[in-house]
Amino acid sequence: MTTAAARPIGDVILTLEHISLAFGGVKALADISFDVREHEIRAIIGPNGAGKSSMLNVINGVYRPQEGTITFRGEVRRNMEPHHAAAQGIARTFQNIALFKGMSVLDNIMTGRNLRMRTSFIEHALHWGRANREEIENRHRVEEIIDFLEIQHIRKAPVGKLPYGLQKRVELARALAAEPSLLLLDEPMAGMNVEEKQDMCRFVLDVNGQYGTTIVLIEHDMGVVMDISDRVVVLDYGRKIGDGVPDEVRSSKAVIDAYLGAAH
Amino acid sequence: MFYREAGQYKTTYEADSAIFPIRQERFAFWTFLVIAFVVVPLTASPYLFSAILIPFLILALAAIGLNILTGYAGQLSLGSAAFMAVGAFASYNFVLRVPGIPLLVAFGCGGLSAAAVGILFGLPSLRIRGFYLAVATLAAQFFIVWCLTKIGWFTNYSASGVITAQALVILGYTFDTPRAKYLLVLTIVALMALAAKNMARSNTGRKWMAVRDMDVAAEVIGIRLMSSKLLAFAVSSFYCGVAGALYAYAYLGTVEPEAYNLDLSFRILFMIIIGGMGTILGSFLGAAFIVLTPILLNIFVHTFAQSLPSSVSSNLEPMVFGGMIIYFLVVEPHGLARLWQIGKEKLRLWPFPH
Ligand SMILES: Nc1ncnc2c1ncn2[C@@H]1O[C@H](COP(=O)(O)OP(=O)(O)OP(=O)(O)O)[C@@H](O)[C@H]1O
Ligand SMILES: [Mg+2]
Repeated sequence: MTTAAARPIGDVILTLEHISLAFGGVKALADISFDVREHEIRAIIGPNGAGKSSMLNVINGVYRPQEGTITFRGEVRRNMEPHHAAAQGIARTFQNIALFKGMSVLDNIMTGRNLRMRTSFIEHALHWGRANREEIENRHRVEEIIDFLEIQHIRKAPVGKLPYGLQKRVELARALAAEPSLLLLDEPMAGMNVEEKQDMCRFVLDVNGQYGTTIVLIEHDMGVVMDISDRVVVLDYGRKIGDGVPDEVRSSKAVIDAYLGAAH
Repeated sequence: MFYREAGQYKTTYEADSAIFPIRQERFAFWTFLVIAFVVVPLTASPYLFSAILIPFLILALAAIGLNILTGYAGQLSLGSAAFMAVGAFASYNFVLRVPGIPLLVAFGCGGLSAAAVGILFGLPSLRIRGFYLAVATLAAQFFIVWCLTKIGWFTNYSASGVITAQALVILGYTFDTPRAKYLLVLTIVALMALAAKNMARSNTGRKWMAVRDMDVAAEVIGIRLMSSKLLAFAVSSFYCGVAGALYAYAYLGTVEPEAYNLDLSFRILFMIIIGGMGTILGSFLGAAFIVLTPILLNIFVHTFAQSLPSSVSSNLEPMVFGGMIIYFLVVEPHGLARLWQIGKEKLRLWPFPH
């Protein structure tokens, strides 16, 4: 595998400054700062409970940090709101798959495009021409994503019955359906076999290469992280203990002690 | 053998997402409509119209309303009958107090009044869910019926609290026979069912289901929980409101607020549990089941089981309902509609089981 980004890495689009987040007595994040550049693949690594998922939740507004600021595309905020994040082009997948269990694969992915659909419920009820056209236009875009992720055969299947690996892929499809400029992936390859992991790696690289999507990725598999990411943030007990290109991080003493040492 | 989709290729996404994508299914549907609109009116007896078909259709409409809220949007409600009452009494007052208002407009206004009340009582859903929300809607049930009983204005100060629905006159035509009423109700219910199906298969319906299935993920892809939930309350209550108006005007004729009691709310809830949550077809199947079962049981007891002790025969109905509800809640949460679908799948493969 080669290092990512067919597109040149651009300016900083997301800056997190002095983010602190606590749940009661538990400090999930303590004074974390880092940035993300356009078109790059930015990995977040760290042992279990280090605060990686919490970090993603702060970026798209699911959690509100007690301190710090988030600057996305020039707008400075104390905290994000999930729908602001979505409207500004941030999409994500979850560590524990969060698909809409009662819906088909197709409907799940179509729901990812809800912000692109402007017709009202009355036009839907009347099956008005405009609503109909909008539905079909969006279906075309969704079918492109279905082709891209090679899930044509399960299009009409209820998501609840799919095997785990495919569910992860459908969740990625739903996130991509929004045509995000920033994609947050929380352990997209966890629990997959080697073959599924390779597929997922290829998809992540292709999304980044073909669409130029900036990606923030949490992953435990060090091989994968070192292979595909441009820069890596290392968290441990809610603190940042490393930040840099894979080689730097790999050779950093603090990181080896806290994480790599423990894991290998 | 006859029910096959082989050879029917869909060449457009529009055809692929049609309500009945398979030709045999479309055929069955149109046949069914012809029976409902032509054959039944020509053949059915007044008893069948007034005692079975009209209440069945009206309750199916209310069940669609509840299904939108509970089946699609995932918000449990025990107040459907109260929203029906709002629709009925609001329509009555619109006809009474707005001179020259066309009756269908009055029904529409009744539905909108119910929608407004629905939004009001839906506000707690932004904070609470599940059991607690059910209790909040239960409060709506009692409070609304209490208001309609206590505040004389709503019943035009009728001494007994009973109102007599005005004559069903639309465009100069008086719907006074059971057959005419049936056709009117059938038309309204068919059109509203179609509109509900259209919403359900569009962005509106997908947003409701997303909120139902995983609200955090829904929010993260840009769905506003508040507006989605309140829209579900509004649309649901609108359907219940129109159903309530029809219940007064086309079924009961004279009606008191108590007719829309908790018992009715529960019957509508049972309809969607037995018929199938989150399907329009299920609302009809469930309504048919709840309306027909007592009648069929009655016939059964009178012809075959007269020797049963009366303590058993008189309790047969709640026993059967109870059993069915437990069965569907535990074994088949998607109700009769799902069984119907499984049957179709079997038929598609028949006679080559595989
Ligand atoms: N919603 C929450 N309520 C309470 N505590 C939480 C919550 N979310 C996270 N935490 C706590 O914050 C800390 C960081 O959790 P987080 O899920 O961010 O870790 P992580 O790095 O993603 O771990 P993993 O590798 O296991 O996914 C943990 O101690 C966790 O228990
Ligand atoms: Mg995590």
